[in-house]
Amino acid sequence: MSAITIPYHPQLKREARAEWVFRSLTVASAALVLILLAGVLMALCYGGWPALRTFKLDFLTREVWNPVTDQFGALAALYGTVVTSLIAMLIAVPLAFGIAVFLTETCPLWLRAPIASCIELLAAVPSIVFGIWGLFVLAPVLQHSVQPWLIDTFGDLPWIGKLFRGPPYGIGLMTAGLVLAVMVLPFITSVMREVFLATPRSLKEAAYGLGATQWEVIWDVVLPNSRAGIIGGMMLGLGRALGETMAVTFVVGNAHRISTSLLAPGTTISASIANEFTEAVGSLYTSSLIALGLLLFVLTFTIIAAARLLLLQIERRGARV
Amino acid sequence: MSNIGRRKITATVALGASGVATAIGLAFLAAILWTLFSKGLGGLSWSVFTQTTPAPGSSGGLLNAIYGSLVMTLLGVLIGGPIGILAATYLSEYGRDTRLSTVIRFINDVLLSAPSIVIGLFVYTLVVVPMGHFSALAGAVSLAIIVIPVTVRTAEDMLRLIPETLRHGSAALGARPWRTITSIVYPAARSGLLTGVLLALARVSGETAPLLFTALNNQFWNANLNQPMANLPVVIFQFATSPYKNWQSLAWAGALLITLFVLFLSIIARLIASMFGARESRVE
Amino acid sequence: MTKFPSRLTMTLRAVALFGGAIGPALAADISGAGATFPYPIYAKWAEAYKTQTGIGLNYQSIGSGGGIKQIEAGTVTFGASDKPLEPADLKQNGLVQWPMIIGGVVPVVNIPGVKPGDLVLDGPTLAAIYMGDISRWNDAAIQKLNPKLTLPKLDIAPVYRSDGSGTNFLFTNYLSKVSPSFSQKIGANTSVQWPVGIGAKGNEGVANQTTQTGGAIGYVEYAYVKQTGMTYTKLLNQDGKYVVPEAKAFQAAAANADWAKAEGYYLILTDQPGADSWPITGASFILMHAQSKGESTVAALKFFDWAYKSGQKMAEELDYVPLPEKVAKLVQKTWQESLSVDGKPVWPAK
Repeated sequence: MSAITIPYHPQLKREARAEWVFRSLTVASAALVLILLAGVLMALCYGGWPALRTFKLDFLTREVWNPVTDQFGALAALYGTVVTSLIAMLIAVPLAFGIAVFLTETCPLWLRAPIASCIELLAAVPSIVFGIWGLFVLAPVLQHSVQPWLIDTFGDLPWIGKLFRGPPYGIGLMTAGLVLAVMVLPFITSVMREVFLATPRSLKEAAYGLGATQWEVIWDVVLPNSRAGIIGGMMLGLGRALGETMAVTFVVGNAHRISTSLLAPGTTISASIANEFTEAVGSLYTSSLIALGLLLFVLTFTIIAAARLLLLQIERRGARV
Repeated sequence: MSNIGRRKITATVALGASGVATAIGLAFLAAILWTLFSKGLGGLSWSVFTQTTPAPGSSGGLLNAIYGSLVMTLLGVLIGGPIGILAATYLSEYGRDTRLSTVIRFINDVLLSAPSIVIGLFVYTLVVVPMGHFSALAGAVSLAIIVIPVTVRTAEDMLRLIPETLRHGSAALGARPWRTITSIVYPAARSGLLTGVLLALARVSGETAPLLFTALNNQFWNANLNQPMANLPVVIFQFATSPYKNWQSLAWAGALLITLFVLFLSIIARLIASMFGARESRVE
Repeated sequence: MTKFPSRLTMTLRAVALFGGAIGPALAADISGAGATFPYPIYAKWAEAYKTQTGIGLNYQSIGSGGGIKQIEAGTVTFGASDKPLEPADLKQNGLVQWPMIIGGVVPVVNIPGVKPGDLVLDGPTLAAIYMGDISRWNDAAIQKLNPKLTLPKLDIAPVYRSDGSGTNFLFTNYLSKVSPSFSQKIGANTSVQWPVGIGAKGNEGVANQTTQTGGAIGYVEYAYVKQTGMTYTKLLNQDGKYVVPEAKAFQAAAANADWAKAEGYYLILTDQPGADSWPITGASFILMHAQSKGESTVAALKFFDWAYKSGQKMAEELDYVPLPEKVAKLVQKTWQESLSVDGKPVWPAK
């Protein structure tokens, strides 16, 4: 509020000082957000610098991870991170789409809030619970039933057969991807649901007026209209899947190897850091792990930033949604 | 078959598939909750709340872990909550729609979705190494760093909901912005702010990765913030990956406790939000 | 008067309340970190010591690699490692090392129909399994060692240590001794690049993963086998005899150890001669700084002294081999000569 010149009064002077203090506090707190991000980035760069300087770009392209010979490459961890997240998205997005459609169209009205709450309950479950559930419940089921079936059915086919070869361990990239899918499902579902609900009724009713079936309205009207929001939501889900640690560490197999088979054990960036950091001996080892963390941060930063920019664009377009 | 017939069948099949998708989603939830409750309840007993973590094969409980988790999450929220609310105050009251504010909001959202293990690495480099040892304080700091963006997001939403007329009225009476904010806006938004804080608390209660290399763990009772402190998530991690049956059942009991706590907080937050009419906030 | 300040005061009061002023005085005085190999016995000792003296030992079972790192960084009072540091490394880091307990690394399997002690393996076969050359349990090489056992056509899932591990060092050290191609391709260290299999953290993780995965084989310290009833295998030793893992076999292997001659107590006990010797035996070491500050050093030494004197029975119950009294005396002489706090010798404690 603007300053009005009035005669000196001790209370006004106190209040002016209090204003300065309070405002500075809020500015400092807001600045802290920026400082935190910059700080994280700087700390990671500083910690990862020895490794990056030693291996240079080879760090991104080599699979080797040998603490004995002090040779480290991020490729295996990067591969695992990307593959598990892709599997998670491939499973979660169609499921989320289906659930969102169900909740906005087919579901009886009285059932909508309870089911929606149930799906959101999934989001409240801590990630470590997903991890131990994956290890003790999902992995044995996969090892004894699902994976042998996959190997028998698909293992010998020409192209995709390579994805399903190898002994059924029960844990590995596929299991990790599956657990991640269940984890990101509620987030993607809620975004999709919100975006579907925000479709203007007039658009839908115009389509019904032309004789479209319920499905056609969803597929040809609601979906294209919500495209940007869905993509934004998917990218947020992807960002989350890429960075998830505990759910994955239990079931990914902890093997610094790249295999074509989805059934094989692998590792992700966060699982490697979680498992090896406290015991990494030697500054190059520690630095390589921090460099992995830097990679992950840059990766998720890029995806999340792109998602947020996209969603910002939608918010700005406002009524056009 | 006529065109309309084909289209109708497509519609039925597609909508049926959506029902199946929902059933699958709910089935996963049911499977997880069923396992959690059946194994967790089996491990629960009074000793879980009265004894500290045992050696393998001996009997014990989770007292030190529960205490540690409570202390560190509360401390994390106590540190991060006010900072988050103050930052949100800047964004909604002072900064408003300036370019700086947009940038801060954007950066905040990025921090919100950043992998928590990276935060753990950050606090390790900044706090643990200079201090020379692990500590509950470092753990609390890492949790606070996770709390801040969560709180900023929800608090700003809540503060923005307060009608401008209230602020104008206060200004007309000659109040400075800080007076308006603290006497008018905060009290009006208090249920929403509380909801935001509770959601942040729920969010950090389940976080494991940042505590792995900050607070570490402690077999015994420790109330000293300057030392490693036991906490539920890391204890669950250690016990669940061990071959000892007593440890595994304690791990499940601990997992059940955390989940119940988080669910409880979420329900309370929702109740407060609906009771006081504030818009329900969803935090990713 | 606005509500803001009073909430602040209440908050500050709450922080002070939780801040650590309250809480029973049973805080841990000694902190250690490292090998998971001796963890079962250290945990038992710590529990008994706490009951007797009220002093707690906070031991983080994070693997030998972690123990070495923590003690080098000075974040714990002592580190524990099954891979002894070489004298040059000890000098460079100002550390003193001594053996605390002896145990054995045992292969464990999870094969339907195979009970503890049924399966027999030898070094080269074990190496071949972990190199990926043998991939099914009914392979001819394994069948040859087990003529009386019908092995199923099941894929082998080798489980290895994903963290820096002294147990891993002992295991790979043994395999390198008995298989030249293993030595060349993989080598011996606390952490190696395994070509096949699943990684698990700690002896605990390997034990857990082996029991969870059908067809798995892993390697763990024997106490873990004893405490959980896992299916262990017999091994063929250097003398061509099949040995069952037990304290007697570990002791036979350790009988040749000449601790007095070893500089820095650096001794590796794998593949020792002797008809009863267990091929993968090893000692677990404690590392402490030669010069340190504070009371925790003395407290730790008192604990180790107590363990040498009163911990033998507990160790034997878990099939560890406690170190003989003359070795304990040698170690205490080392404490006297090499350890100091604030410049003054710290042992014998007053």
